[in-house]
Amino acid sequence: MAPGPGLTLSIAEKRFPGPTPPLFADLRLDIAPGSVTALFGPSGIGKSTLLRLIAGIDRDFAGSIAIDGIPAHQAPPPGFVFQDPRLLPWRTARDNIRAAAPAISAEAADAALARVGLATQATAWPRMLSGGMQRRVALARAFATNARLLLLDEPFISLDAALVDDLHQLLADIIATSGATVIFASHGPQDVARLATRVITLAGRPAAIAQDLTFPLPPAQRDGATIAAYASQLATGVPHAALD
Amino acid sequence: MAFAHRLFPTPLAVAVELWALAAHGPLLPDLGKTMLRAGSAFVIAMVLGTALGIVLGRQRWLDRLFSGWLLVGLNLPAIVVAIVFYIWLGLTELALVAAVVINKVPLVITTIREGVRSLAADYDELAAALRLSPLRRLRLVTLPQLMPFILAAARTGLSLIWKIVLVFEVLGSDGGVGYRVSIQFQFFDITGILAYTTAFILVVLAVEYGLLRPLERNVLQWRPDPA
Repeated sequence: MAPGPGLTLSIAEKRFPGPTPPLFADLRLDIAPGSVTALFGPSGIGKSTLLRLIAGIDRDFAGSIAIDGIPAHQAPPPGFVFQDPRLLPWRTARDNIRAAAPAISAEAADAALARVGLATQATAWPRMLSGGMQRRVALARAFATNARLLLLDEPFISLDAALVDDLHQLLADIIATSGATVIFASHGPQDVARLATRVITLAGRPAAIAQDLTFPLPPAQRDGATIAAYASQLATGVPHAALD
Repeated sequence: MAFAHRLFPTPLAVAVELWALAAHGPLLPDLGKTMLRAGSAFVIAMVLGTALGIVLGRQRWLDRLFSGWLLVGLNLPAIVVAIVFYIWLGLTELALVAAVVINKVPLVITTIREGVRSLAADYDELAAALRLSPLRRLRLVTLPQLMPFILAAARTGLSLIWKIVLVFEVLGSDGGVGYRVSIQFQFFDITGILAYTTAFILVVLAVEYGLLRPLERNVLQWRPDPA
């Protein structure tokens, strides 16, 4: 499949009401088609806001965000995963998927659920699903539209380790087969070292790009040692000796 | 005690009268007329009130502009509205239904407006991310959140409408339960009045258990404690 869109961000200023300094000022960033970019940094730094700007949810900023040359809010809908599952509680798991992708059949929605290991939960109400299951439905919903741009806001936060492992694998598979452009926010070095091809570290206020790292090895070829090395490189900013 | 007997008929006497009025008397056409009036007023008031409630809940400046008028509407005596409409429009169905709607709409608006104020911004973000069209957004995001408020407005609304439709029918109409009861009043026909009342209550119970309850169960089944 053709790679996902390329992005050009040029945010002159983004501020929230109040006397606080702007969240972003003169932030410029280009993202290559089909890349997997992690936004890395402590919470409160503006990762979620940046994803909302890219998704076209938040249009209240000065500057421009172009997705393949189209302004963000006019671009085709991205696959978006919020920090919380954010399922519509009045729709079953299947119908939540079909709310995002009205064109797909019930069978296709069930297949999307099966892909995240929820084949038997299609008619369950969200309240009947555990937190981890809801998170997986949210992922399935984001992938169901075959969006060329995937935006994930802390998709692995507050999940147990085994589930995170499963979701890493799932996400890696989907990224590898779809060729979509992926941008995800995370403050976990392990997530980033496992999935990302590029890491943008944000720091300060207004937030600036403190570090812009590219991991040479494609995610599919990374073993445990590589991931650990990448994670430590992320923490120190220095390439690990083992990789030389 | 013939006197007491006439004013306090036994349930059996009322049931017999009910049967007689239904089989040979004007009960069914009267009931039909009243239900048609109440039903159309109910539907118009709910649709109008829900739409206006959503608008006032979303637009603060409109709300500030009209909240005083809403208060006036809430407290306007029903009978005054009816008399004014009867004078303006004549003793017509239109005047009756319009008067009932004017009485009911402010209540629906107030209830729905509260519901709109409690809408979660989270789902608005989701709607924006999914690029939902306004219509799909209304169907998938807004109305389901408002449904408990709409059902509450429907239940209180229906009871209010039944009552005022009857009063307005007494005031001026050519048929219906209220009209017939007012004639029976002139003859002190308490058995007939109770028979009509019973028929009316049966209809109300049928609407509640045959329509509102199943609807509520169906629409709110996603909630942990289905009503």
